[in-house]
Amino acid sequence: MTAILRTEKLRVEYRSREMRQQTKVALAGLDLEVGAGEVFGFLGPNGAGKTTTMNILLGFVPLTSGSASLFGIDVRQPIARQRIGYLPELTYYYKFLTAEELLRFYAKIFGLARHEADQRIAELLKLVELEHAAKRPIKSYSKGMQQRVGLAQSLINNPDLLILDEPTSGLDPLGRMKVREIIQRLKEQGKTVFFSSHELGEVETVCDRVAIVHQGELKAVGTVAEITAGHENLEKAFLKIVGVQNSPLP
Amino acid sequence: MNKIFALAGVVIKELYRRKDFYVLFVLTALLTLAAGAVNFFHDDKIVRYVKDICLLLIWVSALVISVVTTARQIPAEREARTIFPLLAKPVSRWHVIVGKFLGCWLATGVALVVFYFFFAAITGSKEQIWPWGAYLEAVWMHWVMLAIVIAMVLLGSIYFAAPSSTSTITIIVVGGVLLLGTHLNTIALQQPQPMQSILATVYFLMPHLEWYDLRDFVVYDMGLVPVRAVALATLYGAVWTAIFLLLAWFGFRRKSLNT
Ligand SMILES: Nc1ncnc2c1ncn2[C@@H]1O[C@H](COP(=O)(O)OP(=O)(O)OP(=O)(O)O)[C@@H](O)[C@H]1O
Ligand SMILES: [Mg+2]
Repeated sequence: MTAILRTEKLRVEYRSREMRQQTKVALAGLDLEVGAGEVFGFLGPNGAGKTTTMNILLGFVPLTSGSASLFGIDVRQPIARQRIGYLPELTYYYKFLTAEELLRFYAKIFGLARHEADQRIAELLKLVELEHAAKRPIKSYSKGMQQRVGLAQSLINNPDLLILDEPTSGLDPLGRMKVREIIQRLKEQGKTVFFSSHELGEVETVCDRVAIVHQGELKAVGTVAEITAGHENLEKAFLKIVGVQNSPLP
Repeated sequence: MNKIFALAGVVIKELYRRKDFYVLFVLTALLTLAAGAVNFFHDDKIVRYVKDICLLLIWVSALVISVVTTARQIPAEREARTIFPLLAKPVSRWHVIVGKFLGCWLATGVALVVFYFFFAAITGSKEQIWPWGAYLEAVWMHWVMLAIVIAMVLLGSIYFAAPSSTSTITIIVVGGVLLLGTHLNTIALQQPQPMQSILATVYFLMPHLEWYDLRDFVVYDMGLVPVRAVALATLYGAVWTAIFLLLAWFGFRRKSLNT
């Protein structure tokens, strides 16, 4: 198995003026390896370091020590991002553009030829079921619709690796099912999908492997079956691994 | 290059879809029109005075439009988090800086052409004079000056999180340079040391935005500025613009975007 995404002893400290230069360790030596064609679920409680890991992979935040690479290229080189698609968490796309204009803008960034872009945009709008709203400004979209625009833009360049930060957040059950189907379809096309999620049920159904991080450290990694072994389901295993006892509320 | 144009295109689209931009625009156009109506006195002094006021209005308005628009660009990308999907694509931070610059500069160019066109149409219809050459030079020099200002604002917007701080500071700096620029040298000579050297150094090192102010040429029919001088001023403006853009990139390049 060739690793498409790899981090080694990845350490990230945030230092900010608001915190009077105190350092906050977001990742404490994370080792991760995702192989070609895998659907990889990245789990962990709030603040575990999932978004931070993705921020490193995309070059938004400098790493403190260790290394991270995509397709074997150090993430500090922009070329490492040529063949990836990324869905950020909580993004409010340019409100004054329509979905179609937004996708056209991103297509231009990738240098897609006009007819190629037209075709791709039509396909994607259909895929995320936004054809009816394609000519409306994004500011008139509901949260779930914005999330679907985000998913569409992440696929504009037909990427080989998708990095999705909570792709199903804000979606209704039908929308979630659609996303699961899209991920499944991408897998069938041989793409690699690396995504974070709090929806353990859906992770169980689509992932080949999962990793659980907690407080910036890797707590478990393996197939869903391996991690669930000895537990009722993934949720129970997750709670055990992150150290929460299932005590009744007071 | 396509990436830069795509980025600039978004800036321009935003500008004409946002309503707040029109307010200043329409106001300036209306005031210029109103000033034109005053002009029936046929007194040369009053005509010049009115022309002066109109041009001042155009200068203030163009400055405010360009500064306020530019100051918002990068902070808005960070606030709405659109910078993330953008930089996750094969776009470098340099592309973002240059694309934003180009978008803001082109948009201001359009506003300038419309403003001066109004001015020319009104004074022309009253006085039957059409000094197109002088107008063209005035618009061009004004536009080059705004390039320096826009680059300066982009640099400021990297360091100040609030667009309002960036706007206020640059408007004060630009206003200061425009008002004091020519006199600073003379003022310096009247000062005791070390103030004299300090002021002389400031005079030497600052971008001389006041050189681009050709309002008097338009108002007093002083003819044309030599093309050579315009070309030199353009070159000088390009150098300052490049310096500010590079500094902005330098600050932006190392910025952690997560804070
Ligand atoms: N800019 C920042 N400055 C200081 N600390 C930060 C910053 N960004 C994140 N952190 C801290 O880093 C840790 C990891 O945050 P991160 O956003 O990666 O978590 P996450 O796993 O994505 O959580 P969630 O499930 O809530 O999205 C948290 O403790 C958070 O408080
Ligand atoms: Mg997160």
